[in-house]
Amino acid sequence: MGLHLIPYDTKINFVSKKNIIFAILIAVAVICLGSIFTKGFTYGIDFKGGLLLEIRTSGPADIGKLRSELSDLVQGEVTLQEFGSPNDVLIRVEQQPGGDAGQLVALNKIKAKLGMGVEYRKVESVGPKVSEDLIRNGIYAIIGALVAMLIYIWFRFEWQFGVCSLITLAHDALIVLGLFSIFGLEFNENAIIAVLITVTYSINDTVVIYDRIRENLRKFKKMPLADLINRSINETLSRTILTSTTTLLSLLGLYFFGGPVIAAFSLPIIVGILAGTVSSITVSAPLLLHMHLREDNELGELSKS
Amino acid sequence: MLYIPLWKKILIIGICLLGLLFASPNFFTREQLASFPSWYPKSQITLGLDLQGGAHLLLEVDFDAVQKEQMASLADMARTTLRKERIGYTGLAAKKDFVTLILRNPADLEKAKSLIHNTDTDVEITSAAEGQLTLRFDETSLRARRKSVLAQSIEIVRRRVDEMGTAEPFIQQQGDDRILVQLPGVQDPARIKAMLGKTAKLQFRFVDMSINAEPGKPVPGVDILPEERDGKTIYLAVKKQVILSGENLVDAQPGFDEYNRPIINFKFDSLGAKKFGDATKNNIGQVFAIVLDDKIIMAPHIQTPILDGRGMITGGFSVQQAQDLALLMRAGALPAPLNVIEERTVGPGLGADSIASGEYATIIAILMVAAFMFIAYSFFGAIANIAVVFNLILLFAALSVTHATLTLPGIAGIALTVGMAVDANVLINERIKEELRNGRKMLSAIDAGYNRAMTTIIDSNLTTLIGVALLYYFGAGPTRGFAVTTSLGIIISMFTAISLTKLILAWWIGWRRPTHLPI
Repeated sequence: MGLHLIPYDTKINFVSKKNIIFAILIAVAVICLGSIFTKGFTYGIDFKGGLLLEIRTSGPADIGKLRSELSDLVQGEVTLQEFGSPNDVLIRVEQQPGGDAGQLVALNKIKAKLGMGVEYRKVESVGPKVSEDLIRNGIYAIIGALVAMLIYIWFRFEWQFGVCSLITLAHDALIVLGLFSIFGLEFNENAIIAVLITVTYSINDTVVIYDRIRENLRKFKKMPLADLINRSINETLSRTILTSTTTLLSLLGLYFFGGPVIAAFSLPIIVGILAGTVSSITVSAPLLLHMHLREDNELGELSKS
Repeated sequence: MLYIPLWKKILIIGICLLGLLFASPNFFTREQLASFPSWYPKSQITLGLDLQGGAHLLLEVDFDAVQKEQMASLADMARTTLRKERIGYTGLAAKKDFVTLILRNPADLEKAKSLIHNTDTDVEITSAAEGQLTLRFDETSLRARRKSVLAQSIEIVRRRVDEMGTAEPFIQQQGDDRILVQLPGVQDPARIKAMLGKTAKLQFRFVDMSINAEPGKPVPGVDILPEERDGKTIYLAVKKQVILSGENLVDAQPGFDEYNRPIINFKFDSLGAKKFGDATKNNIGQVFAIVLDDKIIMAPHIQTPILDGRGMITGGFSVQQAQDLALLMRAGALPAPLNVIEERTVGPGLGADSIASGEYATIIAILMVAAFMFIAYSFFGAIANIAVVFNLILLFAALSVTHATLTLPGIAGIALTVGMAVDANVLINERIKEELRNGRKMLSAIDAGYNRAMTTIIDSNLTTLIGVALLYYFGAGPTRGFAVTTSLGIIISMFTAISLTKLILAWWIGWRRPTHLPI
């Protein structure tokens, strides 16, 4: 006999609390937006262009000394950071003048300075043209995903469901973007993946709840909409929480045991999935209340009687 | 009710067994696989550069240079065409994407137009007052030209990379002006970059020794080109007419001359041999120049006619230079210069570490999910876990068979898939519980649970696939790796989580004949 982790007969009135919930979530969204517009993002070289080297030195690296040596060699900012162990150093160099050729010159200078004693675990040089394309493609991918999902939901349900899910998704995407901005996490290609996973995951939860609302709309034609929505959320609540938990468990595994690259990749997804779960439950369904969902149904009933 | 036709049972089991078979090569080394019987599948999962280490170069074709050259030759064509018919003009100039000139006599307008048009029908000619002509190539021919330049560039890049003996290089067009080159196992791409950075346009031209060549002083009909001789740079006036170009070469090999100096032996094709024979026979005592990318590598006197189409270049090379040059001559010239706009290399140490930590994290993630499912649903959780194991086996099989590339984000995708794959089982199990609570009998509750959860599963998985498809469409290498594992995982999970679990459940019920469900 399995444990009843989530009681099956929850009767939480999500709809009556919706104004408080909306207020909180709008406030969070505003903070995220504010940070994005004032502070902006800490772009990684994928988006900004520049050089990135991950090196392993034979003994613990003297980061201060390395920094001053390298700063003299190239133009712009050079940032160094210990990466995983005292022997591993991550070096980031700003986009160099002189286009792609200038970039390579700087890379060769750095390599000459570091000499033969270090192991180059990773060397990346990204030119300005590539990063422009990445930004454009990233924006296209996110907007494209939102629009495609809106159309799918519209097609499978009603337009009201589509609009409400789009608002929910936009909110989730905003939270992940805000996380990157507020905490200054490196915004790179993986950040776009994180946003898309969040959106994809959140729509998954939302669809399951909408599915139940659609079913209940057919089953309980006379039930007040607020009750019907509450009922649907509660009926799917244990599933929503269980699946989110399994996904979060696997992501936590990645975060704690996957090494620095995978950890950086999974953190925003963890936050995104949390946000997506919360907003699917508390936003996507209660929002439907403002959408005149029932008119058609009620008319249908009238004509029958 | 929970009746599964025999053919369906066989199909489900068959798919699982095939999955095992096609996933199994990944657990053997290549050497072990080689000793297996021939029917045994041998393809393993392809690791991305971020996991196996190697170099990734993104090259951009310099179409500006192509255009410049095109305009120069268009201006040349206009010059020779009009001169031949003695039509006077002034102000002939090659601009960025057009050529202008002014006819001395505006009455020549129609004649000049038709002459130029007859020489090259791709040229569009517009005329303004005072006999001014503007020549440009039409859109279709420009587009066709760009396309062929790119295709040719890819071909030459492939030949050069192959000639350098790189193992399993991956070369592909990206967008409409880029070439992606991935070189597994290459640690320092400096030499490959140097080899790809040369257009290697090889020409055989005569030198006009009567002209006193000085750099920066153009003389009509010749180019003033430099030659490195004994550490000094000298200049020669090389006639514009090209006798032979690298296209006529069939072979070029590095070697040594009688003083043991590195040289390059080359051989022309039959047409080239004939042209070269004629040219050398008729110009004994003259000087010809072997020109590579507008630099003279050698300018010998013709002493005897060379009729066998063979020759050698002694340019005071080092052994390495001779090897590289011979390689470039064999592979042919690039139609346009290439610029490296992105370069990424991953060392084998980092790749191995990434695989190790990725595997470790994925195994922990799977164990945590499995434990959780067992705690939440006991027996039904165990069934879901069996489904997850087969999901992974089939995913490995699919990745091996399709030669999809597994990247670091792809490994994360596998872990995430596991978390999401049990979603279908959660939906089904929750539904069965609900139906039981609503008073249904055991078997009908299971049946209703599977049937009713179906639409939800399809809706939610399809929306997920939409998101992943866009990720694939817009993403580059590692991102695509993620999209591939996630989408395959989701598709496979629809099979394992529904059909396979139902089959196991049906067996169990037939075997134990339970009176209530341990859910």
